[in-house]
Amino acid sequence: MIAALEQVTVRFGALVALDGVSLRAEAGTVTCVVGGDGAGKSTLLRVLCGAVGPDEGAVQRPDRGAIGFLSSGSGVYSDLSVEENLAFSAAVYGLSPAETRRRAARLLEMTGLDAAAHRLGSELSGGMRQKLGVVRAMLHGPRLLVLDEPTAGVDPVSRADLWRLIAEAAAAGTAVVLSTTYVDEAERASAVLLLEGGRALVSGTPEGIVAAVPGTVTSSDARVAEDETRSWRRGHAWLTWHPGEVPDGAPDLAAYDLVAPDLAIAVVVASLRDELVAGGSGGGPQR
Amino acid sequence: MSSDLVRASAVTYRFGALTAVDDVDVAIGPGEVVGLLGANGAGKTTLVRLLLGLLAPTAGSVVLFGEAPSKQGQRRIGYVPQSLGLYDDLTPAENLAFIRAVFGTAPPLGGAPALRSLGELAEVPVGRLPLGLQRRLGFAAALEHRPELLLLDEPTSGVSPLASARLWEMIRSATEDGAGALVTTHDMEEAEQCDRLVVMASGRTVASGSVRDIIGERRAVVVTAPDWARARDALEAAGLSSSLVGRELRVPAATVEAVRHALAEVPARLSEAPVTLEERFVELVSGPAGR
Repeated sequence: MIAALEQVTVRFGALVALDGVSLRAEAGTVTCVVGGDGAGKSTLLRVLCGAVGPDEGAVQRPDRGAIGFLSSGSGVYSDLSVEENLAFSAAVYGLSPAETRRRAARLLEMTGLDAAAHRLGSELSGGMRQKLGVVRAMLHGPRLLVLDEPTAGVDPVSRADLWRLIAEAAAAGTAVVLSTTYVDEAERASAVLLLEGGRALVSGTPEGIVAAVPGTVTSSDARVAEDETRSWRRGHAWLTWHPGEVPDGAPDLAAYDLVAPDLAIAVVVASLRDELVAGGSGGGPQR
Repeated sequence: MSSDLVRASAVTYRFGALTAVDDVDVAIGPGEVVGLLGANGAGKTTLVRLLLGLLAPTAGSVVLFGEAPSKQGQRRIGYVPQSLGLYDDLTPAENLAFIRAVFGTAPPLGGAPALRSLGELAEVPVGRLPLGLQRRLGFAAALEHRPELLLLDEPTSGVSPLASARLWEMIRSATEDGAGALVTTHDMEEAEQCDRLVVMASGRTVASGSVRDIIGERRAVVVTAPDWARARDALEAAGLSSSLVGRELRVPAATVEAVRHALAEVPARLSEAPVTLEERFVELVSGPAGR
């Protein structure tokens, strides 16, 4: 185990940004923290790399020098070229010029950034900037690599390059923890944590989360009237989650097509279940 | 087909020496959701501007609601930019009132459903609402004048999966009432919600049809190895690029034989699986188009 949060709570004034969240980051694995805007993803990642201290709970992490961190919105200097950005990171971490050149050359080549080595940070496309940000964060071979929404708004080609970098880090034994709003990315992770309103709704391996979906999910052409709040669209179909906890409210399931849950369904069900229990956590105004 | 809401035929647009859109055909009919995919710089934004009539094509033609694009035609479109186009300092009610004034529409009887569902948050400035609610409001604002054609740019970016499903409910309810929609997106999950996709690279259409049409029979090799890192190194050394999924490696553009050869002595079990839309997309746009 490289890093861990144990029942961590973080408050900013009256706002509870994280509420009793636990996470373990193992060597050579990729952990995805999934959630929408305001779910607490950035706060969690900041706690993990030591930028924010917990109000409650415990944190274990490697020494600062063994952590790589990319904040959301890419940590790239616009006035420096790609090469200079990397040389600067190398200097901060005390890497030798030869070692830097060797590592940088490989990482730049993997991501197609080698052709842009002399371009300024400000002249890079969004995808290239994100790739450079990740290369910078992993240049010193950290034991823990923390990436805040590295693929947000990036096109799928750059996204594939970013995942190549993530796999490269994991292959070298690094524990990678990243946040994303894309469920299909979480499907590629070894472990997933779904955050909403600062709380962990589900966590585990993607397969484990899918296997643990409670109740039944069905598909129909029209919305199931009595289950309105538990129905949602996928393409033309209506999917409905039947918690199966209220015997008299249980529908005649024979009337519907049963659907085998996937991670996207599991995540929606977790949010619906949370709404049901919490009586709607639509989220108040942000402060 | 005369029932198309908008149709671009062999449309080309050049900025000086750059051909941003190159001989593209695309049509959107009532009731359908068409997804427009492409890497950055593929020409998606230029194509949308051509469809709207904000740019005149260098060659080819655009027909919007049966005629040349015009101001009247544009008023029948609902557009939700990625930035949503709402005023952060105004409340949801004030935002909708402003949009009604612009379009000259009357408030619906009993008030706008979007406002009723907001409850007390209807009085909070939009900039302080959670992004999921902001997006719903952006949709509601674009749908107020009952547009016949919707143009949606990354409609669900940044929101939770449940909030995203709720937004799709709004899109589908508009198209079931007869509107057509064009959704530009980088999100493959979102692309799979569309009825039909158009994939662009370097200004050209490189694929179109349903997800199933686009993926076809293509398969990826799945490598299950006790030491995946070693397997990955062996594949890389042989010039095969793989992606890590859990503890398995996927090699989209290779045969089982090539993968077995590349792995040589590395213990691994090989199987095949259909490629994902993302893998197919990367293959399509990394061809001659490059990055």
